[in-house]
Amino acid sequence: MSTITDTAGNTNEHDHHDDHHHGAPKGIMRWLLTTNHKDIGTLYLWFAFIMFLVGGAMAMVIRAELFQPGLQIVDPNFFNQMTTVHGLIMVFGAVMPAFTGLANWLVPMMIGAPDMALPRMNNWSFWILPFAFLILLASLFMEGGGPSFGWTFYAPLSTTYSSDSTALFVFSVHIMGISSIMGAINVIVTIINMRAPGMTLMKMPMFVWTWLITAFLLIAVMPVLAAAVTMVLTDKYFGTDFFNAAGGGDPVMFQHIFWFFGHPEVYIMILPAFGIISHIIPTFSRKKLFGYASMVYATASIALLSFVVWAHHMFTTGMPVGAELFFMVATMLISVPTGVKVFNWVATMWQGSMTFEIPMLFAISFIVLFTIGGLSGLMLAITPVDFQYHDTYFVVAHFHYVLVTGAVFSIMAAVYYWLPKWTGKMFDIRLAKWHFWCSLVSVNVLFFPMHFVGLAGMPRRIPDYALQFADFNQWISIGGFAFGLSQLIFLALVIKACRKQGEPVTDQVWDGAEGLEWEIPSPAPYHTFDTPPVVR
Amino acid sequence: MKLLKSVFSGTALLPFLLMAQESADSRSDLNMRVGVTDISEQVYGLHMLMFWICVAIAVAVFSVMFYSMVKHRKAAGHKPANFHENVKVEIVWTIVPFLILIGMAIPAASTLIEMEDTSKPDMTVLVTGSQWKWHYKYMDNEVEFFSTLATQREQIENQFPKGENYLLEVDRPLVIPTGQKVRFLITSDDVIHSWWVPDFAVKKDANPGFINEAWTRVNKPGVYRGQCAELCGKDHGYMPVVVIAKEPADYAAWIGEQERIALERQAEEQRLLAMNMSKEELMATGERSYNAVCAACHQPNGEGLPGVFPALKNSPLIMNDLEGHIDIILNGRTGTSMQSFSRQLTMSEIAAVVTYTRNAWGNNTGDIVQAKDVNAVMQGE
Repeated sequence: MSTITDTAGNTNEHDHHDDHHHGAPKGIMRWLLTTNHKDIGTLYLWFAFIMFLVGGAMAMVIRAELFQPGLQIVDPNFFNQMTTVHGLIMVFGAVMPAFTGLANWLVPMMIGAPDMALPRMNNWSFWILPFAFLILLASLFMEGGGPSFGWTFYAPLSTTYSSDSTALFVFSVHIMGISSIMGAINVIVTIINMRAPGMTLMKMPMFVWTWLITAFLLIAVMPVLAAAVTMVLTDKYFGTDFFNAAGGGDPVMFQHIFWFFGHPEVYIMILPAFGIISHIIPTFSRKKLFGYASMVYATASIALLSFVVWAHHMFTTGMPVGAELFFMVATMLISVPTGVKVFNWVATMWQGSMTFEIPMLFAISFIVLFTIGGLSGLMLAITPVDFQYHDTYFVVAHFHYVLVTGAVFSIMAAVYYWLPKWTGKMFDIRLAKWHFWCSLVSVNVLFFPMHFVGLAGMPRRIPDYALQFADFNQWISIGGFAFGLSQLIFLALVIKACRKQGEPVTDQVWDGAEGLEWEIPSPAPYHTFDTPPVVR
Repeated sequence: MKLLKSVFSGTALLPFLLMAQESADSRSDLNMRVGVTDISEQVYGLHMLMFWICVAIAVAVFSVMFYSMVKHRKAAGHKPANFHENVKVEIVWTIVPFLILIGMAIPAASTLIEMEDTSKPDMTVLVTGSQWKWHYKYMDNEVEFFSTLATQREQIENQFPKGENYLLEVDRPLVIPTGQKVRFLITSDDVIHSWWVPDFAVKKDANPGFINEAWTRVNKPGVYRGQCAELCGKDHGYMPVVVIAKEPADYAAWIGEQERIALERQAEEQRLLAMNMSKEELMATGERSYNAVCAACHQPNGEGLPGVFPALKNSPLIMNDLEGHIDIILNGRTGTSMQSFSRQLTMSEIAAVVTYTRNAWGNNTGDIVQAKDVNAVMQGE
């Protein structure tokens, strides 16, 4: 980032907007009708947090059942509903909306735009989301229960052999997809058209870059997901045979279609995290991000490669050996740009002047734990060994390291980093420390032993297991409960922050923070950059 | 204090890393099993190679990071440097990982090509998954049978103590010879299953309507246990795979015995066709067969799972349509999870199950069905 001047001057901005926006609705109507990127960002973030707690509660049910071998608490059918809906909620209800919420809050402030480019669509893309999840959750109460075929809904388990809640599942996924696509269009249009004068593409903050690339991924693959669920719907209810071999279809084709969506989806959930970490590490190292250009290129190459690796989720489906080799090599290649990112973060810290505030603690944990998840991912890429890892708890450990200590930790880091800017007050640091340390310890007790039970042969998605896995599963469950409880500390902290309790902060908030969002007042006024700043 | 805590954030992982190191021995509760085939040993070797490369990378990267966190912190009075790019370094850390990857890919590729070479087998077994059992058919002999979970329901429901091989035991294991290349043809009758024996490093999906191939050559006689690895519905967790590997001579004796038993059973089936069983006998056999094969879905009390599996109690089909009742058991119903049981149950067993379900749980139709009635429906009479 280069030096920044604000032609409008920040001080009178507050009065400025009052002239134009009198009579804004109060109470619930304010939130229902809002077109303000900050309000919508807040809505997204709260929605994501609530979904995180709901999905987490389902994980608690799973871990309670798996605390001991034998069936204690739930029956296998309900267990399968829990694993399915837990996955769907965490992916589509928690991680993705949280990143969209952060994009809403931050992208306009970072590029010096007054709001998102399409504010009404922004309102719409948020407000359809609660209905999507209402439909999904309501389906759990249907006769026969909710979706129980895993979040990956492999046919024909999700077609011929599923319960009637499948129709609700399909429509709720459609609504989530529409919401995501609209959000992505908004981000792209905003970034392409509304950057402040002087902010060239290669001067954009990393979070903006990663979100721009993520948005293109979303537009590319969400329609593929829509196609997959639609084919499931017609196979189940309208007599088509897309995935039915008896009618000339192919159940494995479902997996190709699903993972053509599913693998880029993984990067949709991690690229914005890379952006967040690329802001926090330089701030608390008091040093510019190392290798900005290579960060941008690495992000772009990860995104491109993500389209040619999908079948590494399907090595056991019986592909030709040539295809297996191709997808193995392509998958291994992804570790090169990902490695570049990690090396760049470490090089940013190198010779810096570091302090370890809460966002930095989360960011450093992210680097360590995400890297562990990345390395186990590299092991999973090796096809002959993947035959042993596939569909075991080793995979569960891998993707929870990437998604919980990766994506979720980055979201928490982001909230701690930008919360003072949003509220104008420093959050409760004592609670934050409790939250961090409890989460860090428990998350590792929760997910690390999963590597062991997976290697020892425990398949995933089973409600009951052989006795040799009993000890580790008990540890895993204890870690799970502790991690779940730790998030209640976070809830308390965020509620306190929203009530504007705490010490007032400066505009810059953190010592080494750089970027347009740190030059506007804290708390950020309702309308910012009515007149664009000039970036040199 | 801050320093201590931040350093701890990394060292918190050390005990786990040490545990992972311990796992290098063959203890199966921590690490992958070495297994009993040349392939599984290669796979284990690849796994450990990958593991140590990953550990080395992690140690290298994290030690630089933690060193920096200790030395280059503000509290230690370190002033920030000004550099923010270095083309040489960036090229190096793009190229070096690339070379490491090539080093990994070459041995992996050679093992993979060997694993996928199913040519020139000594014998072939057709493995068919269905909800929630495996069926084995020896392609070179007149032997086929179903293999289902042998763990008692009471153990699962915590009424009896759990046995040593809880959930990893079946009524009839697959038996194969050691030292011979055994090819598996793997398919499914309903949803996707996945046939997995960790000790052979064989895991292959059973796709309905398609046939996958895999093979193994077992070096050591023994009992090898695995499980279905692909979510296949309610009882996915209760679908174990047990394979017994016998010396070729023992195997030859065993398969000969099985062929003889199969012939006897056919003769017995023909004999029973001509006989009538008493109602008590039918009800007793029927209850046994019902609980073994039907109760997983329709439940021991015949009430099914509403919205998933239909109730048999007061079912219109059972109460009114005898022929339809026999037909649905013989042929299943397409588009539902009701599978065909004509291979799984003998005609006299089907007759017993039909009699049982028509008279249990207050379904007091009073109907008595004999094997010949089932045969009649089967022959389309």
